[in-house]
Amino acid sequence: MTEKVLENTLEALKEDAEGILREWIDQADEDGAKRSDLFSEKEERDQAASMLRAFRLGVRDTSREGDFDLRDEHWADLRGILAEVTHERVERGVLPGEMAAFVLALKTPLFGRLTEKLKGQPDRLIEEVLVVSKAIDAFALYTNEIFIAEREQIIERQRDEMLELSTPVVELWDKVLTLPLIGTLDSLRAQEVMESLLQAIVERQAEVVIVDITGVKTVDTQVAQHLLRTAAAVRLMGARCIISGISPKIAQTMVELGVDVGEVRTRSSIKNALTDALTSVGVAIRSIEDSPRTRK
Amino acid sequence: MNAAAIYEVGGVLLVSITSDITDSDIIELQEMLSNRIAQSETRGVVVDISALEIVDTFVGRVLAQLTAIARLLDAETYVVGMRPAVAMTLVELGMYLPDNHTALTLDHALEKMRNAGLTDGLPRGA
Repeated sequence: MTEKVLENTLEALKEDAEGILREWIDQADEDGAKRSDLFSEKEERDQAASMLRAFRLGVRDTSREGDFDLRDEHWADLRGILAEVTHERVERGVLPGEMAAFVLALKTPLFGRLTEKLKGQPDRLIEEVLVVSKAIDAFALYTNEIFIAEREQIIERQRDEMLELSTPVVELWDKVLTLPLIGTLDSLRAQEVMESLLQAIVERQAEVVIVDITGVKTVDTQVAQHLLRTAAAVRLMGARCIISGISPKIAQTMVELGVDVGEVRTRSSIKNALTDALTSVGVAIRSIEDSPRTRK
Repeated sequence: MNAAAIYEVGGVLLVSITSDITDSDIIELQEMLSNRIAQSETRGVVVDISALEIVDTFVGRVLAQLTAIARLLDAETYVVGMRPAVAMTLVELGMYLPDNHTALTLDHALEKMRNAGLTDGLPRGA
């Protein structure tokens, strides 16, 4: 490679930064990457200008050093600005593809100028275009990575919140606990559910536990396995487990999957389960008229 | 033996296991308990494992064995005081102890046994 890789690019950027900027934005507009509905002309221009400035600084240092690597120190500025601009654009609802297309549109004005400058030297032209292309591609990919990282963060946070929200153990009556399960039951949650349930059994000295799965969307073999394990652990602790809220559909699926619940009691509704549980701790719910206390 | 003790309470054998029980202690306990069941003609055994913090497949298997031995000698076994972590471990290991009766505490176990007619006293309310 030559000693000064991006020499001509740098020169072009120095000579006509304004022109490049204008052409870049026009090109982005043409490619459909400009969202004038989300950004004003000025904002768009400011963002592009700050990116271009950082790009120029990066190019200057790279052309001194000779090889291109986005992780290098002298691209830190551009990385920061890319992250900032991407973040802002995500918030306004720009799609990842549009952001990448916007960055890629920079190629057109740069290549046009390089072609002019290196008219008589096709070898050098190809070489330089290759390096610039590689750099801009890396930036576009980088914006995509930022997009993904932000999404991941949101997902992570929501999952944590869900875990905390989803395992309330409620004392229905003396010695009777219930655990209403909602959503999906993966291994992580199943573990959490089992832990808090067993802990509650010890704390409240419970004899019967109702695990209500009315709010569980789907029951596959894995979920069934988790439920049965929980029931087994509850039994080992010396309490009894009733699984309630098994819908007709879930009952059919479970049989089709060949899930054998063994000795675990199942009830279709939490009402039946509650009656069952209260009976076993020696309590009954009666209507007021039947109650001896109100009779005179 | 000091890692486990056997008491006779109201016609029931109470086995208390301490936290630092070793594998050889458990074997010894098994031997002693079967002799005691045969001698005392008891019909109920309560194994209190509330002090037990760590279980492995061996302990789990011995618990199942104790139950099976006791059953052959016409006595039912109740395991009481299992800690949540222990219960979870046993389930993870696939040891569901299907033949054991379980109860939350010694009190609960005694009441269940009374109701089943396994103790000396009459069932409550009879």
